[in-house]
Amino acid sequence: MRTIEQTTQEVLDLASKHFQLPPGSLAPDDDFFKKLGIDSLQTLELLSRLENYFGIELPDYEVQGVSDFRTLASRIQSRL
Amino acid sequence: MLDLAQYESIGAALKDALDQFADETCLIESDRNRDKERLTYRDFKERARPLSKALQEAGSRAGDRAAIIMTNQSKWLISAYAIFFCGGVLVPLDFKLTPDEHWQLLRHSGATVLVTEFPIWRQLAASDGRDRAANLRTVLVTEAPPSADLAGALHWEDLRGTGDPPFVTRSRQDLATIVYSSGTGGRPKGCAMTHENYLEQCMALTSIYPFSPGMRYLSILPSNHAIDFMVGFFGPFICGATVVHLRTLRPEFVREAFPKYKITYVSLVPLVLKNLQKGLQARFDALSPGRRRIFDVLVSINKALTKRRPHLALSRVLLKQVHEAFGGELHAIIVGGAFSEPQTLQFFYDLGIPVANGYGLTEAGTAITVNDLKPFRGDTVGKPLPGMEVRIAHPDKDGIGEVMVRSKTIMSGYLDDPELTAETIVDGWLMTGDLGRFDPSGHLQLFGRKKNMIVTEEGKNIYPEDIEAAFESLPVKEFCIFAANYIWPQRSMVGEQLVLAMRFDSGQSLTEELRRDISSRNSRLLNYKRIHGVVLCDEDFPRTASLKIKRNVLAERLARLDRAAAVVPL
Repeated sequence: MRTIEQTTQEVLDLASKHFQLPPGSLAPDDDFFKKLGIDSLQTLELLSRLENYFGIELPDYEVQGVSDFRTLASRIQSRL
Repeated sequence: MLDLAQYESIGAALKDALDQFADETCLIESDRNRDKERLTYRDFKERARPLSKALQEAGSRAGDRAAIIMTNQSKWLISAYAIFFCGGVLVPLDFKLTPDEHWQLLRHSGATVLVTEFPIWRQLAASDGRDRAANLRTVLVTEAPPSADLAGALHWEDLRGTGDPPFVTRSRQDLATIVYSSGTGGRPKGCAMTHENYLEQCMALTSIYPFSPGMRYLSILPSNHAIDFMVGFFGPFICGATVVHLRTLRPEFVREAFPKYKITYVSLVPLVLKNLQKGLQARFDALSPGRRRIFDVLVSINKALTKRRPHLALSRVLLKQVHEAFGGELHAIIVGGAFSEPQTLQFFYDLGIPVANGYGLTEAGTAITVNDLKPFRGDTVGKPLPGMEVRIAHPDKDGIGEVMVRSKTIMSGYLDDPELTAETIVDGWLMTGDLGRFDPSGHLQLFGRKKNMIVTEEGKNIYPEDIEAAFESLPVKEFCIFAANYIWPQRSMVGEQLVLAMRFDSGQSLTEELRRDISSRNSRLLNYKRIHGVVLCDEDFPRTASLKIKRNVLAERLARLDRAAAVVPL
């Protein structure tokens, strides 16, 4: 079983890769809308990628209002 | 299709539709790639009956207000119908608001019943606003686990009265809904809509874009949105068409839904339409040079043949692969909620996919103008719908002035706000606050806004005053938020931004610490409500005798500054 720290790191790594950013350029408390300059649709694409990676289904309502990686990771962790 | 001129209320029309189209498929609900539910109109009626009965047994009476906070799904529409059946007033709320905003609107609307989903209720019940909405008597929660602690709420699925409930009649002038066009801050703007508003709007819209049994509407815009309520519920239902709901709006599932369900109509906001365009363009650009040349020739032929009006059958043959990706039966994409860029609309029309763009406001009962595609005009928002009187107030030398509208679809007013109603509806005319002009062929063109607000590409109305609470106690002498285009008027309906105007205390400056404070507060706002920069003022804000900021005077002062230099980005 992953720890929340591991899940958070994996979320950050995957987001960096998805948006072609250098590894380590994202932090847990970063606001992904602002840091990545993405809109809500691109966020949904990232969620699909995360679902495939972690092998979970993350309903849309679970990520409603979430804008930082730490909270996103905690929502994923609760479904692992 | 029912003749709505014969009906007095939404409930009465829907009730007859459920009988008339009993064997037609009414709703399809899909979760990812699984069909979750398929209901005929008869099934729908059977699902709604025990709920209506239970609501009546719980004391629901004509005119009582009932709110729905749910994502798009069959239980949204079943609950709405049950509320209308009982003579209730529906309060459809945006499920994307925060719990605090939900409680505020629940109190403001005076709702006695709330229908919501378990994940939403979990958040609402855990927030501390419930005591502010003491008017709420009954909360119904869908899809809750049997053992869940519902904090006094009831399981939607368990609320089943037995026997036939009596239908409660309403008249055309009675209140049907309270729809919040925005204003979750200090001044909620609850549009009080009558049954007549909906009956008239639906007749006008379906005269141009009719539904019929067998047609399938893909419901993506939230059901609480005026557009989806009209073209994703009332419109298709009174024509016996099918509404498709997706529980997951990930792009891949939306894409799959078009061919899977052979979608006829879909409504999108401009942001989604633009993304769809980008995706298609990337696919076209990836074609080999030879295939690309053939494709471009076919597009040119399609353009020439559809110059005067769409020829769907022809376009589907010429550009078969593009149309197959959309299921091959798409009649039109309805785009609304915000302004669409003409080149995006033209892109789709050139592929033989008409985009029904238009212009509307919740206050006007959804749509005011719509493109009738005879011929397609991407550079305008179309002609007024039947029954709409549209004029330009005080036009300037270019013919541009404020768009004003009079029709039976105009709301009766803002709930509990006679002052704002009097400012907005003048001598029976709705003053839209949008600037436009008519071209010689009677098409309306829009050029910007007169009022201090923005509409995002996602179709969200943002009133700057509503965001100021997030900056409360900011350590500066005074501040207020503006739509940048309100200060520096632009002849544009896109790319609108918010700015924070600040007046410093003597000796104060924009330090890194203050900048961080502003950014941190900004990041707590939903992304579409965020400010893009700050404007520093060198004199105190003008205020009224009661110390309210005179926003219009302050905007005039700020307008003397050069926009590019004055707005400091965050």
